[in-house]
Amino acid sequence: MLRASLREISAALKEGQVSPVELCQKCLALVKATKFLNAYITVAEDTALKQAKASEKRYRQGQRLGDLDGIPIAMKDNFSTMGIETTCASNMLKGYIPPYNATVVQKLLDQGAILVGKTNLDEFAMGSGSTDGAFGPVRNPWSYSQQYREKCVRNSSMQNEDCSWLITGGSSGGSAAAVSSFTCFAALGSDTGGSTRNPASLCGVVGLKPTYGVVSRHGLIPLVNSMDVPGILTRCVDDAATILGALGGHDPKDSTTVQDPFHPFHLPSMTDMNNLCIGIPKEYNAPGLSSETLATWSKAAILFEKAGAKVVEVSLPHTCYSIVCYHVLCAAEVASNMARFDGLEYGHRSSADKSTEALYAATRREGFNDVVRGRILSGNYFLLKQNYESYFIKAQKVRRLIASDFAKVFSSGVDVLLTPTTLGPAVPYTEFIKEDNRTRSTQDDLFTQAANMAGLPAINVPSALSERGLPIGLQFIGRAFCELQLLNVAKWFEEHVQFPAIQLQGIMDPVDAVTQEEKSASFP
Amino acid sequence: MAAPTVSRCRSWFQTGSFGVRNVAQVRWRKSLVGASTLRGSASKTTAEKNCDAPWTAVVGLEIHAQICSNSKLFSGSQVKFAAPPNSLVSFFDASLPGTLPVLNRRCVEAAVTTGLALNCTINKKSLFDRKHYFYADLPAGYQITQQRLPVAVNGSLSYSLCVGKNQNEMVSRTARIRQIQLEQDSGKSLHDDARGQTLVDLNRAGVGLMEVVMEPDMCCGEEAAAAVRELQLILQAIGSSQANMAEGQLRVDANISVHHPGQPYGVRTEVKNINSARFLAKAIDYEIQRQVNELENGGTILNETRAFDFRLGCTIAMRDKEGKQDYRFMPEPNLPPLILYDAKSLPTRTCHHQVVNIDQLREKIPDLPSVKRAKLVERYGIQPLHSFTLVNEDGLMEFFETVVTATQMNPRKVIGWILKDMLGYLKQHNLVVEESPVSPLLLAELLNLLESGMISSSAAKQVLEIMWNGEGKSPALIVKEKKLELIQDQNELEHICRAVMDSHQKEVAEIKKGNQKVLNKLIGQVQRTTGGRSDPVSVKQILEKQLSLQPRKKTP
Repeated sequence: MLRASLREISAALKEGQVSPVELCQKCLALVKATKFLNAYITVAEDTALKQAKASEKRYRQGQRLGDLDGIPIAMKDNFSTMGIETTCASNMLKGYIPPYNATVVQKLLDQGAILVGKTNLDEFAMGSGSTDGAFGPVRNPWSYSQQYREKCVRNSSMQNEDCSWLITGGSSGGSAAAVSSFTCFAALGSDTGGSTRNPASLCGVVGLKPTYGVVSRHGLIPLVNSMDVPGILTRCVDDAATILGALGGHDPKDSTTVQDPFHPFHLPSMTDMNNLCIGIPKEYNAPGLSSETLATWSKAAILFEKAGAKVVEVSLPHTCYSIVCYHVLCAAEVASNMARFDGLEYGHRSSADKSTEALYAATRREGFNDVVRGRILSGNYFLLKQNYESYFIKAQKVRRLIASDFAKVFSSGVDVLLTPTTLGPAVPYTEFIKEDNRTRSTQDDLFTQAANMAGLPAINVPSALSERGLPIGLQFIGRAFCELQLLNVAKWFEEHVQFPAIQLQGIMDPVDAVTQEEKSASFP
Repeated sequence: MAAPTVSRCRSWFQTGSFGVRNVAQVRWRKSLVGASTLRGSASKTTAEKNCDAPWTAVVGLEIHAQICSNSKLFSGSQVKFAAPPNSLVSFFDASLPGTLPVLNRRCVEAAVTTGLALNCTINKKSLFDRKHYFYADLPAGYQITQQRLPVAVNGSLSYSLCVGKNQNEMVSRTARIRQIQLEQDSGKSLHDDARGQTLVDLNRAGVGLMEVVMEPDMCCGEEAAAAVRELQLILQAIGSSQANMAEGQLRVDANISVHHPGQPYGVRTEVKNINSARFLAKAIDYEIQRQVNELENGGTILNETRAFDFRLGCTIAMRDKEGKQDYRFMPEPNLPPLILYDAKSLPTRTCHHQVVNIDQLREKIPDLPSVKRAKLVERYGIQPLHSFTLVNEDGLMEFFETVVTATQMNPRKVIGWILKDMLGYLKQHNLVVEESPVSPLLLAELLNLLESGMISSSAAKQVLEIMWNGEGKSPALIVKEKKLELIQDQNELEHICRAVMDSHQKEVAEIKKGNQKVLNKLIGQVQRTTGGRSDPVSVKQILEKQLSLQPRKKTP
């Protein structure tokens, strides 16, 4: 039952094959059974059960709120949730309980969704591994999959289970792991430079970053306001469309959301590829790209071509400047956004009380990790009067060039771009931490952050398993506000690659056992 | 819009060395008035006499006006003065993570209207920026302001000030306005030194401000005070700010420097937060004099921030920690550019409540103080100086106009009663017009008694005196009770006049010698005898008649 897609479980709930409370209990049980993944920072067991009971009542009274009613979901722990601790995986916000819900949280709750818990991340979403948070790293569920385990045994050095576990990617690693390990049917991440697509790719799930301005950021604790977008993690493209339908639209509380009305959509089963033009940006064949990912990418291009789509090589000439420019803009906004954490109104407060300045300094040193402090320092450096022109302004100009690269390509007739999401599949934690956070981010955000710089919608679709049995994802980038087209293409691709489901029998069977007996007819 | 040319030849001089500070200030202030009135020639003589090089002062103002609005600039919190601490704080005001600013349309309209009233060019597109600094009453660690592209630019403020020995001469000046920007107010910190703690009240945090930045076109405290007063009247007239200095709705920072004419400007200091109309001129003049003294004594001026201590009457350097702050300005990413429209550019399919139409705001601007004054002069035939006083005193114009409407007396006569008697009384008792114990209608009633010949002018003053005491009795009743009506009986008057002449034989003789001036003394005497109940005109006629009747027997 837990392996079902959101759409399937929604239908099952509607038909009464499963009750919201039962479903919620199953998820909570699996959350407990997968605690070692460290996907959740807070499990909202009590409120989740309360919400499930309320949902069940609605179902009994025939007052179902919609497709999401009774469906367990998870939220990255940088979305404000009223009455539920929201930490951003930072000591700075340990114990902080927001008095309000983020707009996206409220919208999902209004649709009857059940909030299972708050998922782990890199501190303040700064990272690409979900390894740099105050609550420890997240483990990739694929580390424990039969697919990986079988391949892994051959490699003698990987025999020690504790050394061999893989990172999830990040920074929304907790959300990706939660969806991948079936503890919820959808999760929200945030995507500033790839933070939703990157872990989606490494954990073998769908990760959608909508167009900037389509989904409200109100209540999302910001990393980079001008690039942050709430991301959607699901097990299939259809589910991502369903969640997007619930979230999209103007929010009076976020002035950067677009005023035009947003229409939720269902994806038709495609379809004719003849009128489609897929662009392959040549600059994305970058050094460091794994041969397996490259091969998957090429196969995908051929797949489209064979189906009748026009596949063309295109150029995004400023790609190589993108990541540097991203780092400057990111650091600058981080420095600004983090200024509010002074220990006065909320969050951690140091006991240093010699002076207000001493209190600030100690609070911030104790509250933030090295990565956050490093970005604050460099960001403030870029914003200094004497540096502003040569760093910030220059980076903004490059950002414009990057956006216009995309605009040119799309106006030349290309509908959707096809690129890798990451350089390669997930790596073991021990290997990952050999490099520092900054270096890893530079490599891992390479293909993803440009879409944030340009505000474009992009989606990771799991495409193949590597030789070692790990997911390889590909990314589709669409025209601004053309989510429907982007998701249509992604869905067609998803149907044609038949990405294998993760095999977690060892973990899931005990939890699922009861249901398997009871409802085996419904869920083969 | 071209900025008007502004005369910059104002200068004044040190007229001697000053020993005691307080004395120096008094003397300097006198010389200041003289110099700025007489300018050129007078200045030259003073300079030659003292063999001193003249000093010119340059004063520029930055004025923060709190926008009159029900809610804050970027949040829905209420704006209210003197509410219980931290009772008007939204999640955004407290900078809870994840909250976002939402621009208050009313604040934009107030700023645009102010820009129009100050002859500014309104920028159809303006931007918001973050200005960073750490302070306990700035919860976000930055203030949202408009540094790069403010809502209004290149305006001007014309104002007048009284000069001359008796302050009865009016001159007009213009100060250019560089820009008007929208920004957030900060909260308030209360430092409890005894307990070593700081208490923060965020009620004010996020309230909308208009910062009006003026070019350094002023040269002394008087000018600055007059300019600020005019700005205050304009803001109040258009309703964009209540501009009450006592409640902190209008706060003035002054940039001040001195230099010798023909030489580059001197190093400037900034006198911060002058929050009192009374001390504005004083603070600026003190600082000018301080700089002059400092330089005369071979010292230097530091580019520093100073505060005016109104108890000590001087400016004091504020402790600026590590020198110059770098505010690390950055575009505010959560607010799209502020786009304004006019009748021409107004998009056709947008809802009207979503756009701000500059032309529509322009049409709604009421009479500005300068127009009000001109209309007063035109409508009532009063002097420009009088119109100035009427408009500048809160509520006085309305008072005057109510009186004028309710009385048959010529407005030019009414103005005397208003400015001399009424305003004099109020000033003497430190009252504002609103607090006047005499209502305009009662005053009108009194003036009507006077105008109809029921009472004399001196009786009217007596009645007014009684009315001040505020028993609310009507003037007619007071007249009746105190028997102040003019004596209408001609015989009685003649009788009294004769008696007065009889007891003032010396004066009578004087008059007969041809000294007609003495007649006034006799008239006065009659007035005294009747307790002000005689009409001076009739008395004069009777006296003249009786004098001419009497034989000139004693004249040799």
